[in-house]
Amino acid sequence: MRYPGKRALIEQTVRPPQLETPFSVYDEGVLTPNDAFFVRYHLAGVPLSIDPKAFRLEVRGHVETPLSLSLEELKRDFEPIEIVAVNQCSGNSRGFVEPRVGGGQFGHGAMGNARWRGVSLKTLLEKAGPKPGAQSVAFNGLDSPVAPETPDFMKALDLGHAGDGEVMLAYAMNGEDLPWLNGFPLRLVVPGCYGTYWVKHLNDIEVLDSDFSGFWMSSAYRIPDNDCVCVTPGAPKGATRPIKRLNVRSFITRPAEDAKVAAHVAFEVRGIAFDGGQGIEAVLLSADNGASWAAARLGEDLGRYSFREWRTELTLRPGVHQLKSRAVNRDGQSQPLAPLWNHAGYMRNVVETIRIEAI
Amino acid sequence: MQRFRKTLILVATAASLAPALGAAETLTYSLPEETATLRPGLGQETAQSNCAACHSVDYIERQPPKMGRAFWEGVVKKMIASYHAQIDEPDAAAIVDYLAATY
Repeated sequence: MRYPGKRALIEQTVRPPQLETPFSVYDEGVLTPNDAFFVRYHLAGVPLSIDPKAFRLEVRGHVETPLSLSLEELKRDFEPIEIVAVNQCSGNSRGFVEPRVGGGQFGHGAMGNARWRGVSLKTLLEKAGPKPGAQSVAFNGLDSPVAPETPDFMKALDLGHAGDGEVMLAYAMNGEDLPWLNGFPLRLVVPGCYGTYWVKHLNDIEVLDSDFSGFWMSSAYRIPDNDCVCVTPGAPKGATRPIKRLNVRSFITRPAEDAKVAAHVAFEVRGIAFDGGQGIEAVLLSADNGASWAAARLGEDLGRYSFREWRTELTLRPGVHQLKSRAVNRDGQSQPLAPLWNHAGYMRNVVETIRIEAI
Repeated sequence: MQRFRKTLILVATAASLAPALGAAETLTYSLPEETATLRPGLGQETAQSNCAACHSVDYIERQPPKMGRAFWEGVVKKMIASYHAQIDEPDAAAIVDYLAATY
């Protein structure tokens, strides 16, 4: 096993590791197996030695009672909560962006859906007691830069968001300890928000009486400050804001791209859809390259932050066919039929097309 | 179940404290060796010594092909200005030339 705890994945980079989930995994089930879950680090100082008994999570800063908690205390002294949520990289699918942009050239495999178990951040914040004037909460993990001058990877949330009861500190994923490369022994889970916020190996939470101004919030992970999160290719970046909530996406997981099916025989088409937490209302399928659309049946609802399975049947005439899926969420938001562009290749959510042949 | 390599580290303690402290159990993880290499070209060694100080060079190979000089200038500038890579000016210029000509 090249990466302990991981099956063979698409190796983007080695130092630090970036591993992409092969797309076929999303057809295995609605939860992404731990050993297939994508990995994305920013800085090469990946922790390679952790003593779970000595590990401490600090909650400090602008609070009445700073906390220093062991893993055992987190598991024993706090009511566990569970949530099924999608973790998707901001740059998932960047490899398909045209004109091409720099950055990790992921296919669609920088996303995963898991059942996270841990402690509500709200509970910890209440125990620590933010002082009057507390505004934001900054998160840091055990990973570190190679050069000490490089900004350490840290993210922040507004105090209100951090304490919404859903943001959590997960110590388990799909019923097991977190895989090492997914943040063992503790990671932040920010349901509905891009993976950049899901700080791995989380060991330090600081409540601030100001906005957090670190590089990874103020300069990196910024999107165009407009409704479409897009600019004309080549145009200046313009005003930006921090990336935040997932937009609506859907994928056909079966049949696979370039599959051959029997003509005049009904076959199953299925896939997944998700959004930033409003929940999926409908998934539409087109077998004629977008000329007409029909609703698919939605599968079990594992919560509004989860992948939602969908399926339908098709019968096709002989020939090549373009299949498209398009999801709509409970706020009526959907996916654009033509791709939108921004400099970083973030938040791609165009209606995807797969080509199949009926014989 | 995943299995991390378990290493027993015996904590040296005064005899009187031994029962309280005992042994700590540290888990370790090992990452694979790097195998990626830079493409041959003028400036390859300068790129290797500077870029590989902080990341494997597959980062370069993985970028879209033929992005052009302005793109690579931007990348090198970002490494210096945002990530504070310690690259002196002549090296930075040589790296940009190399990347623009080779990738």
